[in-house]
Amino acid sequence: MASDGDSEEDFVSYGTPLEPLEEDEPLKKPIPLHEQTVKDEKGRYKRFHGAFTGGFSAGYFNTVGSKEGWAPSTFVSSRQQKAEKPRSRPEDFMDEEDFSEHGIAPAQITTSQEFSSSRRDEAAEKARAVGAQAALIPGDTLLEEFIAPARSSVGVELLRQMGWREGQGVGPRVKRRARRQRAESGARVHSCVMPPAGSEDSEDDDDEEFAPENVTFAPKDVTPVDFTPRSGLQGLGYRGLNPGLALLGRGAAEHIDLFKPQSESRSQLFGERRSGSRRGGVAGQAFGVGALEDDDEDVYHRDSMSKYDTVLGGEEPGDGLYGWTAPQQYTQRTGRSRDASYLGKILEGFTLAQNPAKEKTVFPPPSLPRDYRPIHRFHPSAPSLSSLPGVSPALAEALRTSRGHMVKEEPQQGGRHQLDSGQRRALLGEDSLQGPTSVMELLRPEDRERLLNLRNASTKTPTSDSHSAVPAAGLRAGSTVAASAPPPSPSPSSSGSQQQEALAAWRGVQPSSQTFKPFEKNPSKQARYELYLSRLRQGDRDALEQSLDLGMTEWERSREREEFVRASILYRPSSSSLSSRFTRSKHLEDDDTVEVSQEEKGDVDDKEAAVRMKLFGKLTRETMEWHPDKLLCKRFNVPDPFPGSGLVGLPKVKRDKFSVFNFLTVTESREAAAPPKPPEPGKKSRWDVSEQKEEGRKGDPLSEMLSTARTQTSAPAALPAPTSSGDQTEVKSAEQPSSEKKEGDEEEEQEEEEDSRPPMDLFKAIFASSESSSSSEGESDKEEEDTTKDGGKMESQPQNLFNITSSTTSSIASSSQTAAASSQAPARENEQERAEFGPKLPPPAAYRGASIGEEKHSKRSRERKHKSKKQHKHKKEKKKKKQKKHKHKGKQKKSKKEASDSSSEDTDVDEDEGGDGQVSTDELLKRLKSVRSHQSC
Amino acid sequence: MAFPLPRPQAPQLPQHLIRTIDCQQGAVRAVRFNADGNYLLSCGSDKSLKLWSVSRGTLLKTYSGHGYEVLDADSSYDNSLICSCSSDKTVILWDVATGQVTRKLRGHAGKVNCVQFNEEATVMLSGSIDGTVRCWDTRSRRYEPIQVLDEARDSISSIKVAQHELLTGCVDGRVRRYDLRMGQLHVDFISSPITCVCFSQDGQCTLSSSLDSTVRLLDKSTGEMLGEYTGHKMKGYKLDCCLSNKDTHVLSCSEDGHVYCWDLVEGSLTLKLPVGKAVVQSLSFHPTETRLLTAMEGRVQVWEAEPEVIEEEGMAT
Repeated sequence: MASDGDSEEDFVSYGTPLEPLEEDEPLKKPIPLHEQTVKDEKGRYKRFHGAFTGGFSAGYFNTVGSKEGWAPSTFVSSRQQKAEKPRSRPEDFMDEEDFSEHGIAPAQITTSQEFSSSRRDEAAEKARAVGAQAALIPGDTLLEEFIAPARSSVGVELLRQMGWREGQGVGPRVKRRARRQRAESGARVHSCVMPPAGSEDSEDDDDEEFAPENVTFAPKDVTPVDFTPRSGLQGLGYRGLNPGLALLGRGAAEHIDLFKPQSESRSQLFGERRSGSRRGGVAGQAFGVGALEDDDEDVYHRDSMSKYDTVLGGEEPGDGLYGWTAPQQYTQRTGRSRDASYLGKILEGFTLAQNPAKEKTVFPPPSLPRDYRPIHRFHPSAPSLSSLPGVSPALAEALRTSRGHMVKEEPQQGGRHQLDSGQRRALLGEDSLQGPTSVMELLRPEDRERLLNLRNASTKTPTSDSHSAVPAAGLRAGSTVAASAPPPSPSPSSSGSQQQEALAAWRGVQPSSQTFKPFEKNPSKQARYELYLSRLRQGDRDALEQSLDLGMTEWERSREREEFVRASILYRPSSSSLSSRFTRSKHLEDDDTVEVSQEEKGDVDDKEAAVRMKLFGKLTRETMEWHPDKLLCKRFNVPDPFPGSGLVGLPKVKRDKFSVFNFLTVTESREAAAPPKPPEPGKKSRWDVSEQKEEGRKGDPLSEMLSTARTQTSAPAALPAPTSSGDQTEVKSAEQPSSEKKEGDEEEEQEEEEDSRPPMDLFKAIFASSESSSSSEGESDKEEEDTTKDGGKMESQPQNLFNITSSTTSSIASSSQTAAASSQAPARENEQERAEFGPKLPPPAAYRGASIGEEKHSKRSRERKHKSKKQHKHKKEKKKKKQKKHKHKGKQKKSKKEASDSSSEDTDVDEDEGGDGQVSTDELLKRLKSVRSHQSC
Repeated sequence: MAFPLPRPQAPQLPQHLIRTIDCQQGAVRAVRFNADGNYLLSCGSDKSLKLWSVSRGTLLKTYSGHGYEVLDADSSYDNSLICSCSSDKTVILWDVATGQVTRKLRGHAGKVNCVQFNEEATVMLSGSIDGTVRCWDTRSRRYEPIQVLDEARDSISSIKVAQHELLTGCVDGRVRRYDLRMGQLHVDFISSPITCVCFSQDGQCTLSSSLDSTVRLLDKSTGEMLGEYTGHKMKGYKLDCCLSNKDTHVLSCSEDGHVYCWDLVEGSLTLKLPVGKAVVQSLSFHPTETRLLTAMEGRVQVWEAEPEVIEEEGMAT
């Protein structure tokens, strides 16, 4: 019993026991999730707020959000019950849960902080962290921590009372000497630290010389084993990078080890250079030394490039060219000595050659005779001599030299190459391309020579130098000796022709700094040569003689003469010789637009000519490369013709040339340049223009029409055959002059307004009737019928908008408006086509008859249209009708110009009959103005 | 039986008026057969596009969604799609059955004059008054054109597609042929503003009508002129021209209310079909049969080679 009772009393039970399982009881079904409800202590459903389940209950009995809602305490006036109502405390606003153990204001007894274990209070720390974030300086709780009161737990206090000092171990004091604390204990914090050996065990006996007998020491403080669980996937001994060490490159020994020369070979490689320099950088030892390993640095060591040899060499026996499979003689060669004997620097990878290179045997050029001149001159006389049978060239030469002028002759003989090329150039007939040349120069030199010889033989040639007695044999050198006197210039026939040649080549050539200077070595000679050239340029015939230095000897002069002539021919300006061969490039590279327009113009002219001659084909066809988009090819099931080219469109064409806008502006400028037109005041932008004169974009018919219009307006003539509206114009003009002349002065001003005003139809479209929208055809029919019936009444309202001057013209207005009304509908329809560039669409107006119930009217309208066609007015003129109507309104005020108006209108009509006239509104206005100005002049 | 009798020459020209369809959609800007010629599309100036049965002349569907008058339309080979273009600068791809706008493509800077599907209806090509041809993808959901052909210097008035070639007629007086397979652009200069271009059925020739009242047949490969057809009047309006179904005749609208029909080879005028008093704006030849559609003002007329049976005429009138 007692044992039973004891056993019962011994147990303390916590929580609610599970209900004892009864046998044979069927297993309970698990409660489905939606029935798992949470109830509070009083059995009420607990509602959780917030995204997750952790929210507090809210509201009166957790009623926030429910249908009862918030139920505040009933208001009681505190006027009478001031004393009874205490001030509310914070607790009044707290819920029960707040007073529970884990609430914000626990009401139960808990362990005070003093007695709590040293385990950190996570909640408090968290709260502090939050507070720190919200503090003035984020994260600044340092000050608080500094001045926090020293608070030690009761256990520490007790220990202190017992004589314990911080830093000492706990336990009975020991007799042995205080063990020297290891410096690094605690310095290295690994995840697994080997527990330090107990002080007793690791006690060394060898150094207790200073330990007195009666002194006891506190046991060594034992660092508790830190059983921090490993988190993370790193291996054993992993240590994160220490940024201080890694970045600064100083500090712990491990890092130093990293960069230490690892092996002997490496230390040899880098030598002393390496030791001093230690890099920083994040090349740390991410995987550290394991707990049990002492200094195994390479377990997780990052492989570094410095472990590898980057330079061939070192241990290799040779120079690294062959590696260890080097040929025998290569490795065993003893050529070091020769290398050493070589004084220069041996390039890396090169060795001295085994065998010395063969010396090239250089044959010295034959020594030239002292008076040798490297110029060979082709003497026409020589062939004549040598061509004789039996006379060898050597003999001829000998013959010639025997004349005794060898010394002088030699310098004049040019080297064969120069001379030949010079003569070749002459032979090529470049002179023939020049202007003033004679037939002589077209001949080959031989022929010319022969001819000259013939002439010289017969008479003294007046053209060739008369003063020189040229031997008929053509041995011109002899003449130089024979010649004398200041105007000696015994220029032989050949040199004379050469002189002419030079003259022809140099005449009119602009001096430039780039002319070749053949006598640069001799400045005075060069100066004379340039003087000669400049005279040649001026076309001076005896430039040669004038430019020569008179102070020189005759021999020198003749020699120089020869040289100058030859040089001037040799180095004749390329512009003269080459320019005739090449045409100037047609286009400049840089400016596209100008070039294009010019090119276009020419092209178009050519093509138009071809079109006129009906020569379609090559003349009118251009084919160019065009790059379709890749996707487009794909969609068309066609292989990309230019695979790989990123280009799309035309490759060579600059885009801006081909925009329609450029085209427009061109036309516009052309029109603006037309003489009879006054400048348009309201031409602001391109789009304005296009609105005003959409017809101007029409192209060819327009330009033709314009030209005809100009001619016709410039010669205003009384033209017959007015149209029906024209008739009324005449009548009206007859009626009006008296009233109009009174207002004559005002009209001038108002004309200006009139011009800038939009056409009447616009106003009509806005004000007159809402049903005049062009989309509904039937209505427009009806409306047109109305206007034909009582046009004056209908039109008078918008008319008054403009008739500022008087109402005297109302009757006239009505008369003109009937005329206008007849063309009103088509005019309005044309409005929507005004902003067009290309060919217009036919007006839908004629369709009006097709609507139901208007059969009769449609018939009438068609008849009318037909009639108008008979009068050679096709539908395009409807626009013109509108135009006329517009003008009529102006005319009521412009009395003086009436006649001219009508005449110009007749002109218009005439034009229309002519065919393709399509005149826009302001075109007519312009014409009107021009006629007016013409008259007033 | 010595020789079989020569077959009587089949009347090859549609000269009998079969039906007049009053489209009730303002002026008919363009009339087009569909791919097989059983239906016709009429583009009205009241912003609507209508689909009609040619044989019965009944209205099948009205497609409304354009903001301004419809200028051209084309139907895909499988009759499932219609594309149309309008003065409101848009190109619309329609679903034929539902009449809904599948895609509305904006990008042109001006009104769009002409539109055409390619053979597989994967690309729509639209030519506009802004001088560009834009190639729209019907497969993807992109709203930008695949490529913009901006070589033209003026308004594109007409565009045709044949296999891998693209023919555009431009107001700058040039007919451009883009050869996708060769990657070449051939430009033929015809001085006068082009109003309409066509490929011949065999794809060897191009037909172009211009505002100098001339229709020219050019050899496609060389650009030489094979024929010139005059007599009609085309001076101000953008009117259509076409070839007959067997390339035997050239047809063109005229401003004098007739359709002119020339023999292709001889160049002689074989038929002057009086359509009405006004301008014949558009015409379309049946792809296989001798049947012609003309559009004048608000009416579309169907012409055939032989007079129609009476009962159908009764229906039509």
